[in-house]
Amino acid sequence: MPLETTSPLPQHRRHGSSAGQPLTRRDGVLKVTGRATYAADNHPDGMLYAVTAVSSIARGRVTALDVEAAKAHPGVVEVLTPANRPPLAHDPDEKMPPFGFRVEVLQDDTVRYVNQPIAIVIAETPEAATEGAALLNPQYEVEPARTGRESGERFDPEVIGIGAPARTAHGDIEAGFAAAVRVTEADYVTPPQYHNAMEPHAVVAQWDGDRVTLDMPNQALALSCASHAAYFGIPAENVLIRSPFLGGGFGSKAILNGPQILAILAARMLDRPVKLALTRAQMYGPVGHRGRTWQKLRLGMDEEGRLTALHHQALCTTSSFDEFLEPAANASLPLYASPAILAEHEGLRLDVGTPGPMRAPGLASGSAALEVAMDEAAEACGMDPLDFRLANYAETEPTTGKPFSSKALRECYAEGAKRFGWSGRPHEPRTMRDESGFLVGWGMGTAVFHCPHFPAEARATLRADGTALVETAGADMGQGAWTALAQIAAEALGLDPDQVELNSGISSLPDGGIAGGSGHTASAGLALHNAGEDAIARLAELATTDPASPLFGAGNIGVVARAGRLHRRDDENRSESYAEILARAGRSDVVGTAKAARDPAVASAHAMYSHGAVFAEVKVDPDLGQIRVARLVGAFAAGRVINPRLVRSQYFGGMIWGASFALHEEAIADRRTGRIMNADLAEYHVPVNADVPSLDAILIPEDDPYVNPIGVKGVGEIGITGTVGAIANAVWHATGVRVRRFPVRVEDLIISREFA
Amino acid sequence: MNRFDYIRPASVPEAVEAAAVPGSTYLAAGTNLLDLMKGGAARPERVIDITRLPGLDRIEWLPDGSVRVGALVRNSDLAYDDRFARTFPAVAEALLSGASAQLRNAATVGGNLMQRTRCAYFHDLASACNRRAPGSGCDAREGENRLHAVLGWSEHCIATHPSDFCVPLVALDAVAEVAGAHGAREIPVDALHVLPGATPEQETALAPGELIVSLRIPAEAAAFARNARYLKLRERTSFAFAVVSVAAALEMEAGAIRKARIALGGIAAKPWRAREAEVSLEGAEANPEAFAKAAEMALAEARPSGDNAFKIELARRIVARALTLALDGTPEAMPALPASPFSTTPGANHAA
Repeated sequence: MPLETTSPLPQHRRHGSSAGQPLTRRDGVLKVTGRATYAADNHPDGMLYAVTAVSSIARGRVTALDVEAAKAHPGVVEVLTPANRPPLAHDPDEKMPPFGFRVEVLQDDTVRYVNQPIAIVIAETPEAATEGAALLNPQYEVEPARTGRESGERFDPEVIGIGAPARTAHGDIEAGFAAAVRVTEADYVTPPQYHNAMEPHAVVAQWDGDRVTLDMPNQALALSCASHAAYFGIPAENVLIRSPFLGGGFGSKAILNGPQILAILAARMLDRPVKLALTRAQMYGPVGHRGRTWQKLRLGMDEEGRLTALHHQALCTTSSFDEFLEPAANASLPLYASPAILAEHEGLRLDVGTPGPMRAPGLASGSAALEVAMDEAAEACGMDPLDFRLANYAETEPTTGKPFSSKALRECYAEGAKRFGWSGRPHEPRTMRDESGFLVGWGMGTAVFHCPHFPAEARATLRADGTALVETAGADMGQGAWTALAQIAAEALGLDPDQVELNSGISSLPDGGIAGGSGHTASAGLALHNAGEDAIARLAELATTDPASPLFGAGNIGVVARAGRLHRRDDENRSESYAEILARAGRSDVVGTAKAARDPAVASAHAMYSHGAVFAEVKVDPDLGQIRVARLVGAFAAGRVINPRLVRSQYFGGMIWGASFALHEEAIADRRTGRIMNADLAEYHVPVNADVPSLDAILIPEDDPYVNPIGVKGVGEIGITGTVGAIANAVWHATGVRVRRFPVRVEDLIISREFA
Repeated sequence: MNRFDYIRPASVPEAVEAAAVPGSTYLAAGTNLLDLMKGGAARPERVIDITRLPGLDRIEWLPDGSVRVGALVRNSDLAYDDRFARTFPAVAEALLSGASAQLRNAATVGGNLMQRTRCAYFHDLASACNRRAPGSGCDAREGENRLHAVLGWSEHCIATHPSDFCVPLVALDAVAEVAGAHGAREIPVDALHVLPGATPEQETALAPGELIVSLRIPAEAAAFARNARYLKLRERTSFAFAVVSVAAALEMEAGAIRKARIALGGIAAKPWRAREAEVSLEGAEANPEAFAKAAEMALAEARPSGDNAFKIELARRIVARALTLALDGTPEAMPALPASPFSTTPGANHAA
């Protein structure tokens, strides 16, 4: 389908924008007073509760389920197993285009990972469904679980991430190493991590004939309607998804999963509404995760510390039956100039649930390794880590030579370093102490994230009272879409945000695209912007063709939309309010619509990324090895900032996630069984406030005329990148111990000779 | 979860009578029990809710200077009781280093004593666990066990006791006052939790149906108030169980150590009192050598039960550090990060 690309109408300008203002969240009061309705808060009449029974083995076959016992439990209504599961219209062992994975929906008795659904119990109460699931007492034929590098099956992937090539080569890598006067090489390991959105995956499904309403947290409404429709053999327009609020998504709520499909299927089978909400432990399997990686980085440098070769290899885990490989090595493609760059990926099949995109997929893991490798290379060259990065600053995209649409990374380095006080850093590790005797270390890393743009649509209605209704099926996962999107629309409409009502989060609205890839504000925002411009143009048409209007005849000159009035561009004293224009035209409203996408010609001519620099200070107990991130300073350039309060919050969230990656997060799988032994938030650690006592995010101004007509890049994921390496490098600088396995653990320090 | 009977007795004798029926369990705040029931590791047939029993929520100072703390006193209420915190500062510090503010506001004194191990294999129903299912085996033994016991473990069980609160209680000779079908008795907290041996399912010295009604800390323990610390190494700065922790208390006299108390947490199925190490310090000059020697003695019997040899070295270091901090003096005010190594306030002295 050819996508219409709309650019701002040149003759009409806007002034007095609310964009750029740090407005507080429009949905904030609803949320803090508990009135924001999340999926599992819905309780339609006659609703049943579904609970999945999940496998406790990683590989094998279910040989028996005590369905009778479950059904005999008071309150249990039905038990779905492979023996009686109603058919689906799409083969679950086939991928669902464009992004969907193979799903486990009781298509057979095989078990492919721990926590795979092996039955679903539907009951009148959640307690009865839970006990019914427990009573199934599954028996298995167990095959050995492939849980590690040694037992997994290696393969050469066709693609990695979402459709990226597994190998990207630029220049002659061997010639690059031959030209090097110094070569550094090291191996890095990143653990499996799980999204752990605060809100578990949930759905309340209600069927009405062949139409279904799904209350579910969802990052990709239109796409998910089409995918669900394909599974249930109904037209996409028969699926209504309501997702006004998400309690976090991080990529795990953009792609369909087995448990939700089964609950929807049960609702259809039983002709009653059905609710399912995964437990925390059940989220460790069927809803994606960040796969483990083993990475090797080899860097060649010349006398001046300039890279001559950059070779990044990644061994990435996926499931036994589907592929999502962290595009970790591709982290080395966009950042540092080198005449030769080679990024290569290999796959490793384990008996785990299929991984998926998790906040900053590929880049989080890849940047963690790359930024430590850069630190090691700087050390080998005797250079300051920041100077070393500046010596390898890429003026154009390293592997393509394309110009960047904008790149204020130099300013990020400079402002971040200044705010942090980097210039006083001694080269040698283990040379700084604080007044209490703790070891102090400083490290830094470069942050980068691409700027995707998803096709999106929107509608803007100027109403008789001069206010506006703007609509797009967007998704607010906590990032602040309810607020930022309204600001963008208000700007286009020449209205105060208080005069703009935003409808979003329901799939019957114009397609708002995907809230993923850090591209939602840009994508849905541009659609709203264009729809607003379209509405203003239509309103201007009414006024400038009406002899009774003070704007009559100004069609060619143009008008300016400001504060609810159209002003003649060449004489701003001549103006008329929106309400007056509509009233005289006898119109109750005027509706603008838009589709928006990135101009392919502009896209192919430019490399588009957000950039940043993160500086970390850690303190380490010199005897006990406990680590604390004392300070994080990040400076980021991501195009135009719509709402600095929300953007800063996104950077903070990303940087905290980076601290989590560096020091805390790891799913511990039993080597023998594959069962995850810390599948709860008590033992799967993410940082608490005390772990991030000082955060600072600097918003570097950046004007990008190419990325899209509103100049907006993405901010949701970049904060993780750079931060992980910065913290690990700071740990080295504090202690002299180079830990290349994440998260850095106390024993990594305690057993080192530096701590002897 | 399984269907169970819910019983709300009006008095301690009623509660004890109700709990005499096999399959019964006491419910206080439920911060541990309800999680275990949701996960299936606990499947009681009868839940005896003791939260409305009268008279168990008081902190009572006895004429001899000891204190009796009712089993239903909330962790946070006890930690923030001014007299209690000044008299037994290491206990208050341990309490405030545990869990989160929300949990401390709910969790009770008795419940804290009765909390179960965090061993993942105990919680995972598909795993063999002698503690949960006697005779089934111990999957932790060859499993993911970097945080498991290094003292007092057996081939049958390598789990640790997770409490912070209990560690200084053991150091200070606290006593649990217990009601049961056969009357009242006292159990030193040090004897309350038992090592696994061949019967890890026997987690405490309590007889079936016995109820902890209060806790008593003897008056002599107040002698350590000026030099008492709890130090806890954890994998995030707050809201995490101890990798290793220690309560250290000194009674100083003319620059020498008159008495010392040392107990460790997170390394055994019970809070681990290091009595020989204490004796080695009595009468000794307080210096790094003496502390290092005491730390060596405290861990002399330690051996790894898996990938956890580092905990032994860590425990030695944390004992020496805690003794050093105790010698420096109890901080004037509770540190902002109670029990954290990052709360070190060198030279601060307790004014009590």
